[in-house]
Amino acid sequence: MLDLDKYDSLGAALRDALRHWPEEVCLIEADRDRERARLTYRQFGEAAHPLAAALQARGFKADDRAAIIMTNQSKWLISAYAVFYSGSVVVPLDYKLMPREQLALLAHSRASVLITEYPIWRALMQTEGFEKRRVHIELVTEAPAGADLGGAMRWEEFRAEREPEFVPRKRSDWACIVYSSGTGGRPKGCVMTHENYLEQCLSLTRLYPFWPGVRYLSILPTNHAIDFMVGFIGPFVCGATVVHLRTLRPEYVREAFKRYKITYMALVPLILKNLQKGLQARFDALPKGKRAVLNALVSANRALTWRRPKLWVSRRLLSAVHKEFGGELRALFVGGAFAEPATLQFFYDLGIAVANGYGLTEAGTAVTLNDFKPFRPDTVGRPLPGIEIRLANPGDDGIGEVAVRSRTVMSHYLDNPELTAETIVDGWLMTGDLGRLDESGHLQLFGRKKNMVVTAEGKNIYPEDIESAFEGLAVKEFCVFAANYIWPERNMAGEQLVLVLQPETNRAVDETLRAEMTARNQRLLNYKRISGYVVWEKDFPRTASMKIKRAELAEQIRRVLDRKAVQPL
Amino acid sequence: MRTIDQTTGEILDLAAQHFKVPRASLSPQDDFFKKLGIDSLQALEMLTRLENHFGIELPDYEMQGVSDFRTLASRIQARL
Repeated sequence: MLDLDKYDSLGAALRDALRHWPEEVCLIEADRDRERARLTYRQFGEAAHPLAAALQARGFKADDRAAIIMTNQSKWLISAYAVFYSGSVVVPLDYKLMPREQLALLAHSRASVLITEYPIWRALMQTEGFEKRRVHIELVTEAPAGADLGGAMRWEEFRAEREPEFVPRKRSDWACIVYSSGTGGRPKGCVMTHENYLEQCLSLTRLYPFWPGVRYLSILPTNHAIDFMVGFIGPFVCGATVVHLRTLRPEYVREAFKRYKITYMALVPLILKNLQKGLQARFDALPKGKRAVLNALVSANRALTWRRPKLWVSRRLLSAVHKEFGGELRALFVGGAFAEPATLQFFYDLGIAVANGYGLTEAGTAVTLNDFKPFRPDTVGRPLPGIEIRLANPGDDGIGEVAVRSRTVMSHYLDNPELTAETIVDGWLMTGDLGRLDESGHLQLFGRKKNMVVTAEGKNIYPEDIESAFEGLAVKEFCVFAANYIWPERNMAGEQLVLVLQPETNRAVDETLRAEMTARNQRLLNYKRISGYVVWEKDFPRTASMKIKRAELAEQIRRVLDRKAVQPL
Repeated sequence: MRTIDQTTGEILDLAAQHFKVPRASLSPQDDFFKKLGIDSLQALEMLTRLENHFGIELPDYEMQGVSDFRTLASRIQARL
């Protein structure tokens, strides 16, 4: 691994990675059961340097911003490398957002370059507001021959033959602007510095090292903070290999483990659960005798590994299961949302370590991670090296708001000093999550203080962001809440959104209104939908500038109604 | 060549079979996440089944933002 203490920027560390391991494979691009590309670090540089040169030739310079909207694939990483090499800032945008949301974040970030894939570009071109964008260079990958690109250039042809200039940066300079919420009330563009990433990388690789020959399977989008770190920066500064899979389909994910002999993979709880379901179905289908043998082996493995994982023991005892995962798997990282302890235990009993953790974009990915010394599935692990945690305003039960102090914490929210001041207080990042530290230093989470939900797919949903879908609804007023914000619950699973509405005077919620709510709900992406509504007959409390006082309204509702008042949609 | 109505009908048949729900309970405008009680990965599993049936390949991104059978049918029809 490169000695990251010696580096001041991601650009410098990545440049040296390419020099250090020229003949190691850095990227494999798989699509279903086909392999589309395989690049060594040298070939990666041969693809990235002409792109950097072409960008620079068009005036792209230090601190300029380049947005990337792409599925997880090699050109994401090649493009990001070219941007970092030029001393510029990467704005990773979620390709799963609606095109209008992408345009809004593009404008908010003031990116002068956009790099995207053809299907995404096609959708953007058809979106209202597309004409108003202020992007100087637009590059589109994989466009079919003869496709109308509306003035954009083909990524594959955007090349300059001269050597690009390497632009050094300081540790405190901006590396990325990462959006941790959408476009509604206030876009949260986390400004991450080079130091944030270098420090995060250092602390993660101390627990889970990479080296040449390690293969990381990337199925999460690279714009996601987890994949950006463990599927790009981490493996690259260690000379390891990233295998991109362009589909989330469970059958191809299972196949990729075997085909590429995967060492690590990061996933979200939804996918982990799906893997568990697949395995469980196969176990259940075993003849009685074989099932009994398997159960005995699982019990033996559990007894032998209760104190700490013993990979070689588990691989031998449960070789058939480990072969299904390619035989080289060392750990799965699960994050982005709450993972159920029973699922983590299921895999641990099979000798497959699933390192769950807790993190947020604002803290530079992970804050805690399970270190298996010993395995504690009821917790999200201990703080990573170099990260301090304290609990603000703890109650008698020891539960308080998790606050984080570390060199990995973001610099600020882009163009939002008020929100920054609310979030980073005296050097501590206030997470809005409620937790308790036990005597061994493991963190347990108990719900949220903030008005938001996180889905099993790892999506953060802020109610303010989806309210626009209900604008013009035939009611006096409405707003959206996380149900757990109104009625706090001490758990992190099964979170839901509810619409609180005050009907028009003398009008009940009839079938027409319900149908309208349902229709509007369906226009939202499926994971952003509300699960029901609550009728509230009083005027909403508002500020002088007529903004809804959400905390106060939630409190008023809580005093009078319970969860049973939610009418399902 | 199938008509869009035929394609939609075949999708509904397969979805009913795959998720073991009565065929008569499904209609083209239904939100399949809600009606079938499935998550996004299960929707992708259904897509693989449909690809095999229709002999086409539909990249994951084509399912982006699609949640009713009718729109799904139009995406499939475009590739037939």
